Amino acid sequence: MSDPVLEVRNLRVEFPSRAGALVAVDDISLSIMRGEVLGVVGESGAGKSMTGMAILGLIEPPGRIAAGEIRLKGERIDGLSDRALEAIRGRRIGAIFQDPLTSLNPLFTVGAQLAETIRLHLRLGKAEARARALALMREVGIPAAESRIDHYPHQFSGGMRQRIVIALALAGEPELIIADEPTTALDVSIQAQILALLKRLCRDRGMAAMLVTHDMGVIAETADRVAVLYAGRLAEIGPVAEVVRRPRHPYTQGLMGSIPSLRRDVEALTQIPGSMPRLDAIPPGCAFNPRCGRATPRCRTERPPLFGGASACWLEAGADDRGAAA
Amino acid sequence: MKPETLVEAAGLHRRFDVSAPWLNRVIERRPRQILNAVDGVDFRIARGETLALVGESGCGKSTVAKLVTGLIRPTEGSIAFMGDRRRIQMIFQDPYASLNPRWRVADIVAEPIRTLDRARPTPEVARRVDELLETVGLSPRDGRKFPHEFSGGQRQRISIARALAGEPEFLVCDEPTSALDVSVQAQILNLMKRLQKEFGLTYLFISHDLSVVRHMADVIAVMYLGRIVEMAPKAALFEAPSHPYTRLLLDTIPDLTAPRRDRAPMAGEVPSPIDPPKGCAFQPRCPIAEARCTRERPEPTPRPGGGVVRCFART
Repeated sequence: MSDPVLEVRNLRVEFPSRAGALVAVDDISLSIMRGEVLGVVGESGAGKSMTGMAILGLIEPPGRIAAGEIRLKGERIDGLSDRALEAIRGRRIGAIFQDPLTSLNPLFTVGAQLAETIRLHLRLGKAEARARALALMREVGIPAAESRIDHYPHQFSGGMRQRIVIALALAGEPELIIADEPTTALDVSIQAQILALLKRLCRDRGMAAMLVTHDMGVIAETADRVAVLYAGRLAEIGPVAEVVRRPRHPYTQGLMGSIPSLRRDVEALTQIPGSMPRLDAIPPGCAFNPRCGRATPRCRTERPPLFGGASACWLEAGADDRGAAA
Repeated sequence: MKPETLVEAAGLHRRFDVSAPWLNRVIERRPRQILNAVDGVDFRIARGETLALVGESGCGKSTVAKLVTGLIRPTEGSIAFMGDRRRIQMIFQDPYASLNPRWRVADIVAEPIRTLDRARPTPEVARRVDELLETVGLSPRDGRKFPHEFSGGQRQRISIARALAGEPEFLVCDEPTSALDVSVQAQILNLMKRLQKEFGLTYLFISHDLSVVRHMADVIAVMYLGRIVEMAPKAALFEAPSHPYTRLLLDTIPDLTAPRRDRAPMAGEVPSPIDPPKGCAFQPRCPIAEARCTRERPEPTPRPGGGVVRCFART
């Protein structure tokens, strides 16, 4: 088996506070292979964006990576200097964020922004960079790219702007793309176009992608594997079809049941009582235990490891049928 | 027996003047620009039922909500409410913006009670507030707190308690769960369904999310550029969507139960409502458009399975 493009091991992100360190990402391990899309799903505050930010080296101080390691093609990138990180961001790791309007500079044409990024990363001449910019705009599906290259961001629709942002992320020919809610600000018909584009680019360019979203439907259609986060911890990780069809962790099961379906009617949706704990009030043991219908005394005291079935739940301890404990 | 109609909108139009300032128009020789946010909308809602308006951003669904509640006036057309006009309440999308941060929750919930009956004695109002907080799954003690002490889902419960305080017959809900996480959304949707049964409420439910709409609605109206392109009872709409735009929506929404990983998404975007296409507004993106669609505007015609559709090819 080939080596993963990204490997995150036991990542821990902390924010100091008067009441002690708040742990936003707590012992998360995951990896992404070439051409693979890993979905990262969870509710607000679950730590999904923070994981992406940590990989990009964009955790705002006083927040910091307190433990664990992040490897890009085997090479450690956590703890690098700002300068070294700047050389990696954009060049080897591309980023796409939710709001395309704030990701673009309103004062420059999209062509100028693309060409600047290309020249910064690839050391090309002006004319070559412009030609490359045009090629990128075509690749991300901007119609009549040659006439639109000198337009400003506000002259594009939301969907077209997000395509430009994707083109910008591709400018340095990165090995890994971190896409954080890339379609949340877009309408459904545009969302489908952008997701299809992302998938095609990963396949064609052999890029690895981390798709951070709250939308399980988006994950089901786009990702190859999915990591479900809860209260900064990995609750479950596995192939997308498995996790969607046969979720193992009680949180994932509740999450799936709470999503209204497009294809069938139910009288009432599954309800998970309560809400996700705040970072300063994470219960001991399994973070999900106060909301879990199947919690045992052990769940209230001891934190479950990620079992071989790739669910962090004590129910797996006896019924581990997908191999030994990890 | 035909169910009793509670709300009826007839020929609703709302135009907004979005022209540049006068001086710019004169210097740059630009004409006035008119945006037809709502462009001929008709519907009726039976008492105790839910009509859902669904569509993408800019289709005019929130403008309809504002017209129905009287927050803005229609340019043309009328809305008839066969009930006490004071018994209309609204729930907004953003529970952070719709609650006054300086008021305690009990005062927020008490305001509509006092508006309805100024002579009501204070202890009685307080008792009613406690009761309402319990109805929506909060505790009477929460009344002493301020909105910032609550999560998004709990704030939406406060909004619902406030709406119920006005003893409504009719609730207009504009994207009530789209700011919430899915597990919290499920709690709020279940609560809204329970309250509808308990109090016989009538809902106008506005959402961009067809799966949420499927869960909540009896009748669904699909809007596109200010018009209802298809309106039908829920089962009929989902079993046999008639309008090509309804089909596009149903085809493009990622679905958990039947994910389609190899989809070829439909090209194109919603055109600007300031300069909508001639004829049928959907015609530039429509796979079955004919010459006629670019010239004439289709009128609502009955569709098989009940309801109406605005499409030449389907009639």
